[in-house]
Amino acid sequence: MEYFDTFVSILGSAIRLSIPLLFTALAGLFSERAGIFDIGLEGKMLASAFAAACAAYWTGNAWAGLGAGIMVAIIFSLLHGFASITNRGNQIVSGVALNFIAAGLTIVLGTAWFNQGGRTGQVPPEGRFSGIVLPGAEMMRDVPIIGPLYANVISGNNILTYIAFLMVPLSWWVLYRTRFGLRLRAVGENPGAVDTAGVSVVWLRYRALIVTGFLAGFAGTYLSIAQSAAFINNMSAGKGYIALAALIFAKWKPVPVMFACLLFGFLDAFANFMQGKSLPMIGEVPVQIFQALPYILTCILLAGFIGVARPPKAGGVAYTKER
Amino acid sequence: MSTASVPLPAWINYGVIPLLNLVLAFFFSGLVVWAIGENPFDALNFLIQGALGRGDAIGFTLFYATSFIFTGLAVAVAFHAGLFNIGAEGQAYVGGLGAALVALSLDHYVPWYVTMPFAVIGAALFGAAWAFIPAWLQAKRGSHVVITTIMFNFIAATLMVYLLVNVFIVPGKMAPETRTFLAGGQLPKLDWLMALFGLKLGPAPFNVSFIIALVMCYLVWLLIWRTKLGYEMRTLGVSPTAAVYAGIPYVRTVIIAMLISGGLAGMMSLNAVMGASARLQVEFVAGAGFVGIAVSLMGRSHPVGIILAAILFGILYQGGADLSFEMPNITRDMIVVIQGLVIFFAGALEYMLRPAMVRLYQTATGK
Repeated sequence: MEYFDTFVSILGSAIRLSIPLLFTALAGLFSERAGIFDIGLEGKMLASAFAAACAAYWTGNAWAGLGAGIMVAIIFSLLHGFASITNRGNQIVSGVALNFIAAGLTIVLGTAWFNQGGRTGQVPPEGRFSGIVLPGAEMMRDVPIIGPLYANVISGNNILTYIAFLMVPLSWWVLYRTRFGLRLRAVGENPGAVDTAGVSVVWLRYRALIVTGFLAGFAGTYLSIAQSAAFINNMSAGKGYIALAALIFAKWKPVPVMFACLLFGFLDAFANFMQGKSLPMIGEVPVQIFQALPYILTCILLAGFIGVARPPKAGGVAYTKER
Repeated sequence: MSTASVPLPAWINYGVIPLLNLVLAFFFSGLVVWAIGENPFDALNFLIQGALGRGDAIGFTLFYATSFIFTGLAVAVAFHAGLFNIGAEGQAYVGGLGAALVALSLDHYVPWYVTMPFAVIGAALFGAAWAFIPAWLQAKRGSHVVITTIMFNFIAATLMVYLLVNVFIVPGKMAPETRTFLAGGQLPKLDWLMALFGLKLGPAPFNVSFIIALVMCYLVWLLIWRTKLGYEMRTLGVSPTAAVYAGIPYVRTVIIAMLISGGLAGMMSLNAVMGASARLQVEFVAGAGFVGIAVSLMGRSHPVGIILAAILFGILYQGGADLSFEMPNITRDMIVVIQGLVIFFAGALEYMLRPAMVRLYQTATGK
């Protein structure tokens, strides 16, 4: 029973750690399926985390924080679009640049505004998204197996967590069951065909990037005002890249994205749990192995050793109308 | 008529447009400084004073520039072959392992000039080795090199932390770093070079690796524009299909280009590990690999341009440190913003001004 309790607690923390990955990977899904590589997910997450913390601190309203987070992430997305769609610049370079701008600007502005070495002020409780206890969680707690799972894993999360899981079927529906989604996928594979059909490639790609910004805004908001109560320097700490890895690991498909994010979140939680503990028979396993595992797995996948990861065909190429 | 196909003279393409992009980047940086309530012109003044005002300031500026020349060359070589190596950061990090192993094993026995060539080889070999798997994956299995090199940056970071914490740490010490190299494992400072100009180097770690960097610039120029391999790389960069049609072996060229790129990135560690701190430390690369991207873009992947851009970023790094001292409201991270804006305007928006320039040029020349 003791093992089971530990397992439940790791599972709970895995879910909490996978939410920012899930939002970000879904964000990347929309832009990459539309043919725009987005290395800048990390920067969007960081910038929106900062904006959300500032807005929540000043207004004391979590939803205002979310709004600010989404808005800033969309602005970053549009900048990416301006460079890579309108000016046909290199998408990777633009993403790298925006990551730097976000990393620097959050600290520069944060220090100037709050004078705490890059930290924002402590967000008051009403400015945060706190856990929601689902009905019956306390009653169920004593039921063996299902009880602790329901009380500690499914219940007690904040609203953004539930929104994240709702976004998975929603993304699937938008991508595979709407006209917008069909065209979005087409523009990532063969923009010429979409253009011939009389649909604007540019406008379609911009809309995809707006969706990307919208979802990335949730991820940043989750980091700063749901998971913690302030913005801290570089708090995304590479999560944007792990999300990118998860997106590739999931072969650019929404439902597998969820499982990939849960897997990477679980690895993260397990690494935290294993810190300083030793396994029977094997001895102490270095934490670094778990930290590196998402990246190693993604490389192995990319190499084509676990199925084939085929990126959208027109990804990374700016569309030029016939001259 | 579309302006994309109109040729422009080289002085506009390589002079005016990059310069205007740089001006734009600095204009927006100035806006940020202004937005936090400081005077941008004062800030610029402090920055330049801090980077070039004294002998030791120039020493620090050139020390940073040395690292950026290596990583800039690394990104540029891959770029000529049409590959975008974002992994210079990780390759430099692992390259440090090569340099440190050489320094640790030789510093007891021989003077620095015997250690140096082995250290150069060690750093380059380890850096190249770290670039090999992404290179092989790109060449053989078609995995995008951008993604794999990003992954390898993170893998390098965890690997090096593991090695420093568990293998190289000095028993009884808390800091995860190797022991300090003796004089035989250090690269001496270039105080005599500064003295030639009547400047005192002071505590600045400006060292022999600067000369190695300049030699590498020349070798890269030779490689890219004066050898068959360089020609093949450039052909591949312009058009992979044409290259394959012309009988240029794709797999071999991609792998060699990435190995050279990784080797150059690895050599950056000579400057930081053997020239400055005399020990291998966690996170010693400190973003130099990413600055290399900016430097290569600014310098248009040409060694001369790279030297100039590296010095510019050296000025930003050193001056930025001084600036944050003079204006406590502006943190050192302002240079990260400037760096991002430079990459954005000089890299991602490099074509933005082109149509306007074409129209200007056409009016001016009356065509």
